[in-house]
Amino acid sequence: MGLTVDYELKETILLARLNGELDHHTASELKESWQLALQQPGIKHMVLNLESLSFMDSSGLGVILGRYKELKAEGREMVVCSLTPAVDRLFQLSGLFKIIRFEENERYALETFGVVLS
Amino acid sequence: MNTNMMRFSFSSQSRNEAFARVTVASFVSQLDPTMDELTEIKTVVSEAVTNSIIHGYNSDPDQMITIICTLSDDEVELIIQDEGVGIPDVDEAMEPLYTSKPDLERSGMGFTIMENFMDHVYVHSTEGEGTTVTMNKQFNRSKAMSQ
Ligand SMILES: Nc1ncnc2c1ncn2[C@@H]1O[C@H](COP(=O)(O)OP(=O)(O)OP(=O)(O)O)[C@@H](O)[C@H]1O
Ligand SMILES: [Mg+2]
Repeated sequence: MGLTVDYELKETILLARLNGELDHHTASELKESWQLALQQPGIKHMVLNLESLSFMDSSGLGVILGRYKELKAEGREMVVCSLTPAVDRLFQLSGLFKIIRFEENERYALETFGVVLS
Repeated sequence: MNTNMMRFSFSSQSRNEAFARVTVASFVSQLDPTMDELTEIKTVVSEAVTNSIIHGYNSDPDQMITIICTLSDDEVELIIQDEGVGIPDVDEAMEPLYTSKPDLERSGMGFTIMENFMDHVYVHSTEGEGTTVTMNKQFNRSKAMSQ
């Protein structure tokens, strides 16, 4: 099963789509590739799409909050979109809903950064 | 009352986290749980096993974790055991947002998730001897009663 990540650049926004299972095992690989992707020049903010995440536990909360804090320290923003009910529940439980901005879908999340898809 | 039980042990390696939760979920499927209930079971197994690896064994890959799962009627009992460092103060450890390893990007939500997803969570731990987490959950109360 595992986890795959697609990174895409939409103007100055990094779009990351997670696919599969995010646990302690896959979180460490994700952290590495995510930090690398954010180092590409010209990236301002980012959108994290969780639509195809079939499993997540507290390790996922940790790795997402970790990147959120790194971005925030540099004055950059992260928006999370397309939560499944199970993932939504974990964000509710942990109180992350009060910290991170969530949007319903990818198109709308990108639009809030001024990226309009044709 | 019909009781059905299984027990398995595996190395304290992160790659086994998925194996552990899928194995328990497929055993528990006999009780015909809902998708949501199965997700809850997978999540709590993942939480307890990850804790044994990271905290109990400090990421030493050569230790063993044991899971015992018992089904009786519409109820599941899960026991997840390690012989690691143990927890000095269980009450403090179970508080939401308490973590002893913030540097590893832990957020102290594991026990809170277990307590939310299961009916009952009991932690027995002795420093230097290890930790046993026992969790119970009854499935589909309403469905069982209408049968
Ligand atoms: N099996 C264990 N052996 C030793 N200590 C443990 C064990 N399980 C939990 N602990 C202790 O209890 C604390 C709280 O555990 P909990 O799972 O709630 O949070 P966490 O693992 O630190 O963070 P998160 O689960 O959100 O990634 C841990 O930080 C650790 O100190
Ligand atoms: Mg934990």
